[in-house]
Order: sequence, then C-alpha cells, then structure tokens
Amino acid sequence: MTTQSRRRFLAGVAGVSASFAMPAIAYGQGAARVVVIGGGFGGATAARYLKKTSPQLQVTLVEPSRRFVTCPYSNLVIGGQRRIDSISFGYDKLAKSGITVAHDTAAAIEHDRKRVRLAGGRMLPYDRLIVSPGIDIRWNGIAGYDEKAAQTMPHAWRAGEQTLVLRRQLEAMPDGGLFVMAAPANPFRCPPGPYERVSMIASYLKGAKPRSKILILDAKENFSKQPLFQDAWAKLYPGMIEWVPVGKDGKVVKVDARTKTLETEFGQQHKAAVANVIPPQMAAKIARDSGLADQSGWCPIDASSFESKLVKGIHVVGDATIAAPMPKSGFAASSQGKVAAIAAASMLQGKPVPAASMVNTCYSHVGKDYAISVAGVYRGTAERLIEVPDSGGVSPRQWDDENRKLEAIYADGWYASITGEMFG
Amino acid sequence: MKLYTIILGISVLAIAPAFAQNADVTILAATCSGCHGASADGSGGIPGLKGQQERYLADQLKAFKAGSRPATVMNRLAKGYTDEEIAGLALHFSRLR
Repeated sequence: MTTQSRRRFLAGVAGVSASFAMPAIAYGQGAARVVVIGGGFGGATAARYLKKTSPQLQVTLVEPSRRFVTCPYSNLVIGGQRRIDSISFGYDKLAKSGITVAHDTAAAIEHDRKRVRLAGGRMLPYDRLIVSPGIDIRWNGIAGYDEKAAQTMPHAWRAGEQTLVLRRQLEAMPDGGLFVMAAPANPFRCPPGPYERVSMIASYLKGAKPRSKILILDAKENFSKQPLFQDAWAKLYPGMIEWVPVGKDGKVVKVDARTKTLETEFGQQHKAAVANVIPPQMAAKIARDSGLADQSGWCPIDASSFESKLVKGIHVVGDATIAAPMPKSGFAASSQGKVAAIAAASMLQGKPVPAASMVNTCYSHVGKDYAISVAGVYRGTAERLIEVPDSGGVSPRQWDDENRKLEAIYADGWYASITGEMFG
Repeated sequence: MKLYTIILGISVLAIAPAFAQNADVTILAATCSGCHGASADGSGGIPGLKGQQERYLADQLKAFKAGSRPATVMNRLAKGYTDEEIAGLALHFSRLR
C-alpha cells in the first residue's frame, strides 16, 4: 500500500465511521473531488445526484455547450410540433446547487495522474471520474458522408443546429417530394428514434404536403417497436411510408450530397428531395482517446458500478457504453448516471457499493395523441447486466386510442420530469 | 496493514446491514424519479408519490405487478421489483415531505 492510497484508505474508514453519526461531515484532508465529463442525460444527472446524495463532495461538470438541446423530443421539432427553445436547457441550476460547471472541452484524461486536461489548458484533479461523453459520427462509414455532406443531408442525430437544418429542408420541400431516411445498423443511439422521426415527419407532411412520400432505407432486418410503429403508420398515414430492410437492399453504402442521392449495397440509387442520413456511430472521442473504448468503438463497463472495465477509477455511462440489454437512450443514461454517482460516492466514503438497479422507459410519439413505449427494469453485477425476467416489454398491440393517448400524456410528463432532474 | 483490515472489517460488518438497506432504497427510488420527478411530485398526468400513504403505495404497486390494476407502463415496470423492494419503496416515498 502506498502512502497516498493508505491515506485515502484511512480517509475512507473515517468516512464510514463519521458518516454513521454525522452524514454531512467532510472527511480526510478536504472534500473528495468528482469530475463529470459531459452535460447530457448521463452526466448532468450524475452531477445532480452526487450533490444531492453527498453534498460534501466537490463536483465539477465539464461541458462545452452553454445550452443543451435534448435528442428526446427533437423529432417533434423536426415535425413542427415543438419549438427548439422548449427542448433547450441551460446549466444555471446546476451551478446554483453547488456544482462547478466548467464550460470547456475535456481534451485528455490523464488517468495515471488522476486529472482531466481541459482544452483551455486547465487541469482538473479528481478522486473519481464519471465520463458520459455521448456519441461521435463515424464519418465516411457511409462513403461520401462527411461533415460537409451533413450540411446538405443532415443526420440530426445530435440535436441543435442539425435539427433545424432538417426542419428547414422539410419546410422548403415541395408537395409530392420524396423524403429518404438512411437508418443505421445496431448498435446506435436511440433505437426507436428513426421511426419516431418518420412518424413526426409523416404527421407534418400529411397536413402540409399530403402528396409527399417517405422512404426508409434500413441497414437492419427489424427495428424497435416495429409492429406498433407499422400499425400506427397504416392507420394514421396510409400509403405514405415505405420501409426497406437490409434483406431487400435497404442498406445505404454511399451518398452523393450534391445530388442528394443515396446508393444501396446492390447499386440501387434513390434521389431524394430531402435526405436524412443517420450514419454509424461510436463512443465520443474523449472516451476512445482515453482507452475507455475497445475495438468495437464502445466502452465496456462493470454493471455493478459502471466503472470502466479498461481503466480503473473511471465510470462510464450513457450511449458510449456497452450496456445491452439496456438501449442507448436518454432515460438509460440518466439511470446509469445515478448508479455511477452513488457507486462513486460510496467508494470515496469507503462504504459498500449498493446493488445496481436501473430502469428505462422510451416513449415514441407516432401521431397526435398517440404514443407507444418500451420499458425495462435491469440489474447489474460485475459479471453481467440483465433485464429482470418477465418484466418490461412494449405497449400491447391491441390497445385502444385511449391508452395510446395516455401514453402521449405520460411521455410529456416523463420529458418534464427527466429534464427537471437535470436542469430544474 | 492488518490493523486497517480489521478496522475496515469491523466497520463494514457493523454498519453494512443498516446502510445496505438505505442505499438500496436510494438506488431503487432513483429509478422512479425519471418519470415521477426528482422530488417525486409527479408531472403532468404522472402522479406524485411524495407523502402518499405507505399502505396505499404498496398495494398499488402490488396490484400493478399482479395485473389487477390496469396501467399503461406501470404493470410492466412493477414486475421488475420484489415484494420486499416494493415495501421499501412504499415506506421511502411515504416518508418524503
């Protein structure tokens, strides 16, 4: 045992004893420091939970953006059902709750020295680090699809300006135009997202440009909540949406941004009036550069604490992780962020890490007063992450309009709650 | 080193049962707040849990789990928790003020 680790160890023991009588007292030589990288669903939630459950900790959140635009509900902005202001949030309340918010980019994690180097040059030392970095696009994973191509064929898979680019293109599209979406193979952020987006666009086109068509070129053979989406499409938007799976030459391998043409595996070319290319993805750069991702491009974790399996002392949560059967969703990231926050605080205080339990509920809006959901309850151990048997699942297929409407109401309630937990 | 191990061992043994129970409920209750809100006040059509009668909460969760109370998502979720966990959650939310 080194002097440093012994000191930390003793601090931990003291923490247990002290917290038994006086839970709020700081231990050791000053408060322990937790740095959180990424201010989205995983990171912002983790930071809030750290402060809420262990107010004595020094918590620093590193996030370059001053406004966070949520991917959840961005499909409603694309469909014209919401304004982008209503899905944009600032970090003021986090700062008010005692979290230090550093609006900077994490340039490197020096895990041997337990510090994060910011692009602006500052060093942030930490005792535990939580990384919730989100995704990066695999540029040229589809030939010809690079950052420049995304200006004319938006991905809109990170919400913000891209969301508005796609919305403006749909507004400018003539009635009778063809909207083409390229949907990615698994795994990717938000499995039902592409199909909710198509639904919201169909809802818009049905009212504003009813002669238009929607073509989904899919790199998969099936998709999340598929029967529920397809039932809704047949009912609400009959004849408007065509879905082509990989087995019927649905996989887009090449695009030409100049002519908005998408080319599939077997050479079919589809010329779009508006094209939305959702490309293959991977864990964001900071995770890959810091040795947190394996050769798959995603980050393996110990599901009892969401500590990285590759670098000790660092927790990774959210879309960047390999956490199947949990989906890459905002809800899952938030739930993982809470588990990581409580695990990190427990470790710093020398307490046993409580058993990990996570949840996910993904609502998808498919029309006015019509939403569907998938839900799951999960348990994590060092060996595996499982969905509790016989729990969870999707909305029943035979449900009436009343239940679909209730799910739309609950979806809105969920969105207000989860963003309130982060930013409220 | 040995002394530290003994100290830690005793501390954990003495304290773990009490803390393990609380910690588990903290983790479990955290899974509820994603929809029911950080303060469990509810949101829009989603009901609040804060300060509800313990017995009422436990009975509703068990009814969701058994399928005897119709729901949209709660019957799918309640099946993911043991009766003991449901009892812990009911007590936890009933005590929130």
